[in-house]
Amino acid sequence: MSPARTIRPVSVASFAQARNVRRDDEHNEVEMLMPVVAEVFGNISITKDDVDFICSGSTDYLIGGPFSFVMALDAVGVWPPRSESHVEMDGAWALYEAWTLLQEGEIDAALVYAFGRSSLGDLNEILALQLDPYYEAPLWPDPTSLAALQAQALIDAGKATEADFAAIASRSRKSALENPNAQVAIDIAPEVLLEDPYVVTPLRRHALPPITDAVAAVVLAAGDKAIEWAGRRGRKPVWITGMDHRMETHSLGARDLTVSPSTAKAAEMAGVGGGPVDVAEIHAPFASQEVIVAEALGLGGDTTINPSGGPLAANGVMSAGLIRIGEAAEAIATGRARRAVAHATSGPCLQQNLVCVLEGEA
Amino acid sequence: MTETAHEPVTTLATPIRLDFDFTPGVAQSRFLKGLAKATFMGQRCSVCGKVYVPSRGSCPTDGVPTTDDVELPNTGVVTTYCVVNVPFAGQSIEIPYICAQILLDGANISFMGLLQEIPTDQIRMGMRVEAVWVDEAELTPSLSSVRYFRPTGEPDAEYDTYKEYL
Amino acid sequence: MSERCAVIGVGQTHHKAKRDDISIAGLVREAAKAALEDAELTWADIDAVVIGKAPDMFEGNMMPEIYLAPALGAVGKPMIRVHTAGSVGGSTSIVAAHLIRSGAHKRVLTVAYEKQSDSDAMWALSVPQPFAAPLLAGAGGYFAPHIRAYMRRSGAPDHIGRMVAVKDRQNAMRNPYAHLHLADISMEMVEESMMLWDPLRYLEACPSSDGAAAMVLAAEDSISGRYPPAWVHGMAMRSEPTMFAGRDQVNPQAGRDCAADVYAQAGVTDPRKDFDVAEVYVPFSWYEPMWLENLGFCDLGDGWKLTESGATAFDGDIPWNTSGGVLSSNPIGASGMLRFLEVAMQVRGQAGEHQVDGARLALGQAYGGGSQFFSMWVVGSEKP
Repeated sequence: MSPARTIRPVSVASFAQARNVRRDDEHNEVEMLMPVVAEVFGNISITKDDVDFICSGSTDYLIGGPFSFVMALDAVGVWPPRSESHVEMDGAWALYEAWTLLQEGEIDAALVYAFGRSSLGDLNEILALQLDPYYEAPLWPDPTSLAALQAQALIDAGKATEADFAAIASRSRKSALENPNAQVAIDIAPEVLLEDPYVVTPLRRHALPPITDAVAAVVLAAGDKAIEWAGRRGRKPVWITGMDHRMETHSLGARDLTVSPSTAKAAEMAGVGGGPVDVAEIHAPFASQEVIVAEALGLGGDTTINPSGGPLAANGVMSAGLIRIGEAAEAIATGRARRAVAHATSGPCLQQNLVCVLEGEA
Repeated sequence: MTETAHEPVTTLATPIRLDFDFTPGVAQSRFLKGLAKATFMGQRCSVCGKVYVPSRGSCPTDGVPTTDDVELPNTGVVTTYCVVNVPFAGQSIEIPYICAQILLDGANISFMGLLQEIPTDQIRMGMRVEAVWVDEAELTPSLSSVRYFRPTGEPDAEYDTYKEYL
Repeated sequence: MSERCAVIGVGQTHHKAKRDDISIAGLVREAAKAALEDAELTWADIDAVVIGKAPDMFEGNMMPEIYLAPALGAVGKPMIRVHTAGSVGGSTSIVAAHLIRSGAHKRVLTVAYEKQSDSDAMWALSVPQPFAAPLLAGAGGYFAPHIRAYMRRSGAPDHIGRMVAVKDRQNAMRNPYAHLHLADISMEMVEESMMLWDPLRYLEACPSSDGAAAMVLAAEDSISGRYPPAWVHGMAMRSEPTMFAGRDQVNPQAGRDCAADVYAQAGVTDPRKDFDVAEVYVPFSWYEPMWLENLGFCDLGDGWKLTESGATAFDGDIPWNTSGGVLSSNPIGASGMLRFLEVAMQVRGQAGEHQVDGARLALGQAYGGGSQFFSMWVVGSEKP
């Protein structure tokens, strides 16, 4: 296991997402996914018969019933039977699983999708169930309060100020004006945002992500398929040149919350430092967390962060990480970047992090 | 206290209650609205022609939206069944009861239904059944509009006519 | 490009109705530590962790890898959580094996568990859905009608299910980790047990267990352990839609396709002859004859004859579930991994009293959902 191991080039051949919304009252998960799956195939004129593997990411607790991933498969139509798998994680990890299979060289294309409707229950209560079930979950600490602890630690360490959080929120939502799929897109100056009331000190309303219903899908392709499919819409392939993910301990008291060693390690393994980063799509649901991730990724001032608006503009739980990879790939495919980094996170206070490096062809 | 001071704590109870909204979706909404009118509304796949009831909006094998509405009759056949004799939390029907897979006439998929007005030892695969609806005033967009299914008394369906739905 | 992969360590807990001596973290650790010891490795030797379990609602702990990371030595490492319904223990093993085969890692710890006593699995499986009839009474209520369909289709006599129920419980007497140790099990005892989901009786159904399973998988240049490695000769997953017109729930296409795929990878042409032993997910007794047919161990309609002939018994020509199987221990999320793990134990020659003499090639199978998800692997004592 070394960064030097030979990586089979795999491309993000297609990406699609539904318009991120506060609540889709009209459609069930299958109905939300169907047009997105159709689009992700349609973009490159392929069908479900052209992919060798399917992997999805979702969680039962968002919908409040077991096996929510099961019926979602009906959006694809897995007949005849398909090689298929599911992670109870953000779709970014489903993409990692598919990418791993593609590394073996026996298959050439995979469909990855993710869905999550954060609006159906009380997300603060739901996410409290991620915590240690004996010592923490019974106290129902909500993710916003935990993020506030982290933000305060950041301020106390002199690494950031509330004004920095406001600047991040302002920039994110302004960038979202260019993203037709974003949920919260508005141009408000940081100074104005600083008049927001606190939700949990030191986090003001603008530093929190919106509640979002979202679905997204990606097609990965390797070898000739990658080149041919990109060519079908006059593009060059966008290659994944490295990907890694790392876990940290669950005990918040045992972590220095102002840093993200798991992101730094994943970035090192994925080879982020091997070249300039034009665009970084960072899955930091709270504005304060972007400061930590950007530092861990080693980004300099030349990097444009979250041109899509990022999770402060739309935060579909379980799909926001996958969307970061899709948005980073689109930035390259459309010539806005040559090299990009995408990041996904899971757990309270950035406990688990994934880093994906993407490059276009000159 | 002194007796148990050295006993380990083995259990702690954490009651969890979460409330969720539910979105049935476009296709299921049509089905549910049908129930409020004491009818079974299905949908036909435009690719394979199969009729799904209830439809979740997609053809599970073709992965395309089902948009062609089909009104189905009140009658069908029991493809298979089991007799439930196990109590569980949240159960609202007195055990033992018959849980049957019912294939409505004209449908290409069976669904699970409660069978009543027949002793549990007299149920057969292939039995013809019909839906018994609640009183008109009690009809709602919900499966509780179907009180249960009961035998029609017609001759049983031939095994060959429903075996592909097993 | 694909690396060889082998099982070099296995571990499991003592499966019980209620492991109230231990937390969830303690449960997974018990299995993981045993697997590390068997592999003669320490936590530091592990590159990545892959964990699987059935629905989170079974314990009320959402995405439990987050809480379990430190207990499984995953801090600073990649960790993946798999969930593919009842087949999850099998698919978790497969995802872990892909991490080796892709060259991403040298040694991967994979763990699966369920601590059913921490919540109410029956409730979690029967959560009332809005607008739906509250009919479903756990997994048995789902599978019993399909069992009836199999009986009708094959003409199998009633006693076949009871035979499997007895055989697997007798096998469990040879397995110190099994949940059920029913020394006096008999056909009469099964017949006299309560009818739960007619035609399924209490003793024809799996128990509800707390338990965990763990394996260490390694690349060819990283082999260690107390026993020789069990080489992975083939592995596959297949899914089909949950409900569709004309779906064969007795003999699902996804199961047949999955078997055909692993057999082709492993060079198996006659499963009954080529395999020395199989561990197959049989949560309800009738699923043995059903899966015998689905997995091609006999012709269609003949599964029950194979069971009746004693071919699948411990001393038969193709023993199935010598560990006692799911009918004797069912920590749901781990049940599939136990199948995969038990066949690795067989070809490594470490299965103790339930060891099949000279086992060299074995099939592990897991299925889930409403028989629409399948995962399988073939392991052998020789390098593929």
